[in-house]
Amino acid sequence: MAKYILKRFIYMIVTVFIIATLTFFLMNLLPGSPFNEERTTNEAVQRNLEAHYHLDEPLVVQYALYLKSIVTLDFGPSIKQPTETVNTLLGRGFPISAELGIWTILIALISGVALGVFAALKHNGVIDYIAMTIAVLGISIPNFVLATLLIQQLAVNLGVLPAATWSSPQHMVLPIIALATGPMAIIARLTRSSMLETLTQDYIKTARAKGLSPAKIIVKHALKNALMPVVTILGTLLAGVLTGTFVIEKIFAIPGMGKYFVEGINQRDYPVIMGTTVFYSAFLVLMLFLVDIAYGILDPRIKLHKEGGK
Amino acid sequence: MEKILDIRDLHVSFKTFGGEVQAVRGVNLELYRGETLAIVGESGCGKSVTANSIMRLIPTPPGEIKDGSILFKGRDMTQLSDKEVRKIRGVDISMIFQDPMTALNPTLTVGDQLTEGLRQHRSISRKEADKQAMEMLTLVGIPNPIERMKQYPHEFSGGMRQRIVIAMALICDPELLIADEPTTALDVTIQAQILQLFQKIQKQTGVSIILITHDLGVVAKIANRIAVMYAGKVIETGTRKEIFYTPQHPYTRGLLHSVPRLDQKGEKLIPIDGTPPDLFSPPEGCPFAARCPMAMEVCTKVYPFHSELSRTHDVDCWLQDERAKKYMASTY
Repeated sequence: MAKYILKRFIYMIVTVFIIATLTFFLMNLLPGSPFNEERTTNEAVQRNLEAHYHLDEPLVVQYALYLKSIVTLDFGPSIKQPTETVNTLLGRGFPISAELGIWTILIALISGVALGVFAALKHNGVIDYIAMTIAVLGISIPNFVLATLLIQQLAVNLGVLPAATWSSPQHMVLPIIALATGPMAIIARLTRSSMLETLTQDYIKTARAKGLSPAKIIVKHALKNALMPVVTILGTLLAGVLTGTFVIEKIFAIPGMGKYFVEGINQRDYPVIMGTTVFYSAFLVLMLFLVDIAYGILDPRIKLHKEGGK
Repeated sequence: MEKILDIRDLHVSFKTFGGEVQAVRGVNLELYRGETLAIVGESGCGKSVTANSIMRLIPTPPGEIKDGSILFKGRDMTQLSDKEVRKIRGVDISMIFQDPMTALNPTLTVGDQLTEGLRQHRSISRKEADKQAMEMLTLVGIPNPIERMKQYPHEFSGGMRQRIVIAMALICDPELLIADEPTTALDVTIQAQILQLFQKIQKQTGVSIILITHDLGVVAKIANRIAVMYAGKVIETGTRKEIFYTPQHPYTRGLLHSVPRLDQKGEKLIPIDGTPPDLFSPPEGCPFAARCPMAMEVCTKVYPFHSELSRTHDVDCWLQDERAKKYMASTY
């Protein structure tokens, strides 16, 4: 097990390194620079500024400095908000984004699995059709459309929930719904088809022949097997939720990491772009790793490590 | 002898997009305590459906027990509530399925699957359940039960898994064991071992066994009585001797001729030509008439009457009619 984790850890570092490198060069391909605005800056001032942020050095040197900042986990100050370092921005934004993300995934998982299971149990019944209609709608409607619809109806017209910002549990409702509906729909459809398949398996019949109650058969025998495909796509869904947070945070004016990421790109705030990208990718890679471990725990047939001869 | 199971005029149908399949069309069967009854017949003849009906394991919908009764120790299984049926399943009647590779849940340990039936039906501690499960594993011939209990099904071979499935079925000490093609998915050498195991268990526990198979070799080894099914009906029943030595129904004879035998060297196997009838719209007369080498006009029109040749030997065939017998005697 330790060997497997070490191996995976090295892969993770390589992955993050590749993402970081790609981001760096793509970022430099973008036209413009942090100081390239409509107002004309004094040339000497501009040169001083560039020298201060090492932007006058050759690209290779900049790249080396950038790698150093990743290794030391110190991304330096933001160019556009000189009073803040990238680290303090991340430290402030991440807990909020994480709160949004965790609630989204939890709610998507629980409601998606529940919807899928009920749909499968009432296969071709009314509940099934309702659940699958919801699922198709959920998959088809982009989260930014849903977000604006929710704001218009629930916040503006009915006025039952706040439209934006992030200061109380009520504020969390709309963004979480907007963000969770898509993944929930995907999970619901997947759970349904997987559950339908599992319920026809022989071991379910064996369990019924033992005289177990339907609830026990579903929870103990069927669900664990039916959830395998769901766990498999959980990694991809996590990535989707992560990128979804950029948009949703922007729409709902949530002061999370996504906001800094988007603003960083708009303003060519190089340290912020690099810092957030590396942070996001490291986080995602770590989550995928955890999903793999969970998979191994759920399905005993998958061996994460080779046992010494038995 | 006490009659433990009495199936009367059982009808089971399945609704499909193409119409209603009448899988079982009036089956009559009885089983006495401590005996082994084999139900034989080709694929799709309704033998598995009959067996599943006994435990009410027919998936509903699309399946449905249309008519008839299944009396198990005097109680009609078709009339019981789901809850009452669950109290009988696994306790009084157990079932073993064909493929041991898929009959066990891959994500649960063998010990867990063995003991859950016990813990469901008897209020005993985990420790006591584990103890009984280990005894059962030893009985079915699995060495190192303590270690094996913690393992998952994929860590066992096919034969070993079937032993576990058998142990699982027997753990609550049932009175009736239904084995649906228990050896079909196994190697020939393992088949013999599993059959021996059945005999050993029956000797020790006195359990009655219904064995569903299309393998007449298996039947010859362990069955006391044999019921031959064709197109959803039992066409002939008799003791092992009666069926093997004096088969009356042309289908039973055809079945026996199509099995290779060691004692008749060089003889060709005679297959039964044709295929079983479509059970969407079963024929009016004898379902075997279209394939029967001795079919008469009456066979295609009217289902044959039920004749009892001995206390144990019954057959549904027009050849049993006196007129047919006279005619056959005069022509052959």
